[in-house]
Amino acid sequence: MSTPDASGHFGAYGGRFVPEALMAALDELTVAFEKARQDERFQGELAGLLSSYAGRPSPVTEARRFGEHAGGARVLLKREDLNHTGSHKINNVLGQALLTRGMGKTRVIAETGAGQHGVATATAAALLDLECVVYMGEQDTRRQALNVARMRLLGAEVVPVTAGSRTLKDAMNEAMRDWVTNVDSTHYLIGSVAGPHPFPMMVRDFQRIIGDEARTQVIDLTGRLPDAVAACVGGGSNAMGIFAAFLDDADVRLYGFEAAGDGVETGRHAASITGGSPGVLHGSRSYVLQDDMGQTIESHSISAGLDYPGVGPQHAYLHDTGRATYRPITDVRAMDAFRLLCRTEGIIPAIESAHALAGALDIGRELGADATVLVNLSGRGDKDVDTAATWFGVVSDEELLAAARASVAEPAQDASGEGW
Amino acid sequence: MSRLGEVLAAAKADGRAALIGYLPAGYPSVEHGAAAMTAMVEAGVDIVEVGLPYSDPLMDGPTIQTAVERSLARRTTTADVLDTVREVAKTGAATLVMSYWNPINRFGVRRFADEMVAAGGAGVITPDLTPDEAGEWLEATDATGLDRIFLVAPSSTDVRLRYTAQHCSGFVYAASTMGVTGSRTSVGSAAQALVARTRAVTDLPICVGLGVSDADQAAQVASFADGVIVGSAFVRRLLDAPSPEAGRDAVAALADELAAGVRRGARHV
Ligand SMILES: Cc1ncc(COP(=O)(O)O)c(C=O)c1O
Repeated sequence: MSTPDASGHFGAYGGRFVPEALMAALDELTVAFEKARQDERFQGELAGLLSSYAGRPSPVTEARRFGEHAGGARVLLKREDLNHTGSHKINNVLGQALLTRGMGKTRVIAETGAGQHGVATATAAALLDLECVVYMGEQDTRRQALNVARMRLLGAEVVPVTAGSRTLKDAMNEAMRDWVTNVDSTHYLIGSVAGPHPFPMMVRDFQRIIGDEARTQVIDLTGRLPDAVAACVGGGSNAMGIFAAFLDDADVRLYGFEAAGDGVETGRHAASITGGSPGVLHGSRSYVLQDDMGQTIESHSISAGLDYPGVGPQHAYLHDTGRATYRPITDVRAMDAFRLLCRTEGIIPAIESAHALAGALDIGRELGADATVLVNLSGRGDKDVDTAATWFGVVSDEELLAAARASVAEPAQDASGEGW
Repeated sequence: MSRLGEVLAAAKADGRAALIGYLPAGYPSVEHGAAAMTAMVEAGVDIVEVGLPYSDPLMDGPTIQTAVERSLARRTTTADVLDTVREVAKTGAATLVMSYWNPINRFGVRRFADEMVAAGGAGVITPDLTPDEAGEWLEATDATGLDRIFLVAPSSTDVRLRYTAQHCSGFVYAASTMGVTGSRTSVGSAAQALVARTRAVTDLPICVGLGVSDADQAAQVASFADGVIVGSAFVRRLLDAPSPEAGRDAVAALADELAAGVRRGARHV
């Protein structure tokens, strides 16, 4: 369940579907990662950075008022939003940046959607004195302008990608093209559990600290394991990171929430598992949004970080085996949960994470008041203030305040955007 | 011997390298694309690579990306690609498809092999499929006799060169440089070194692609390789042309120059 085979397969998924030119670099990376795993100095350096620089361990916060809207269940938030740079992305980036230096490479490239992975990469590159180029779909550079500015302040070059749908998948294509051209000097620092082997395994293992910490924290707080773990799924790294620590706990239900955009039935969504089919994209076999000819279908989500037509191969495997459950959350439902967390807990979540929050409301109601639901709050919403203001700005200030007050006061069942 | 093998052997018997031309199917339209490929053959191209347009062509530079995006905007289908193969194969040229893996996977691996053979196709080049993940493809190509061409690259270790070549038939595609498709001002010495390393592990013909754009480069590559593959330079002729007819003529003119180039580059065989 947790380890891929030697060539990176999780059941029928994963593997390496890449140009031969990249094979040597992927082998080199696999060897470097396996060595780093056993290397006390590497592990010590990473642990030091995670605590003194990124601010780990991140706390677990009990969300009591929010929980009242989740059928009275106990909702616990794993606060990845409090990490340096504002999301879980830094965990993986610090690990890969140290590996880059260890392999003697001087340049990192990255793809980014919401900009959180790009910001994290630019941050680590500044810290470790690496040259940094970030590819970002042109549409995303507009949606996430604040993060573009942050990356440039940190000394990274941001390249807007105008090919294809101008979003994350096209940024990933462009990063692959750069990598195959400059592979001698350059490490491609992939930001999720997608891509060719060893990335899905390696990124999961760098993110596993989320689940390892949370498992202990929940037990310390409640005296037992949670009944359910909820996370949003774009490529799937924050979800895989928190799931990893609970895979062997058969009684802990694992839920991944995909971005359903306007609704899976409309075709305008980013729910690769719910609304896609098995295929090959960006170097591995997994679920993909594709048409009859195998052309990738453009994804749609209000959340730039979830706006991706693929998903990491281990999620495909967990779905097929039934170990984890994947459900779609629409833009409307995510934004309702976004607002609810702001108003009940004083925490502005990333819109990505708001998908997990919306899902947690459902799970809490399904499991009842005795249940404990652990939610991965993967990032903070500073980057999303513009999007949220536009979204909620369709009504006047008074209406907005009234609606917000009503949703907090209302009986919990009616608070979500869709009927429940 | 396969049609591809025959064509390569005939070029070798001539004491020269074969000329291989690439164009994507469906650009500027299915009919005009096929007409440009046919004109290419009449002007001296020995082997045609019909590109199967794909939404995420991560081995391709801007020139091919542009043509492919336009082809897809016209809703070119896999059936159109097979029709193009059928049309071009009538010329007698060995006709190959160059395709990323997902469209073949989606079409059905065995079905694709069967329909390629039925269309008169000789083989398939798979830029993002290596033998490592090719189980189903090896079976389908073995069963149908379709040639399967994998790539080797300057970064390939000797172990991987041997492994990849062992699984190829027809020829081995040697990527001249580390990078994506697109014209370059020079084809580096890396190509010659790669061909020499590949010769040490296989008796198959070795054809060199990526970056070759004019007759001088073709002559240079022809002096050490069994085939010279030209893509972006042909596509550029179509992109720059004011009409499909002018594009076809410009493609034919380039094919004519390149055919002279591979003959100039003739070596002792
Ligand atoms: C806060 C946050 N959560 C989640 C994601 C989605 O990525 P993943 O599914 O890999 O965790 C992103 C991506 O940008 C993000 O910024």
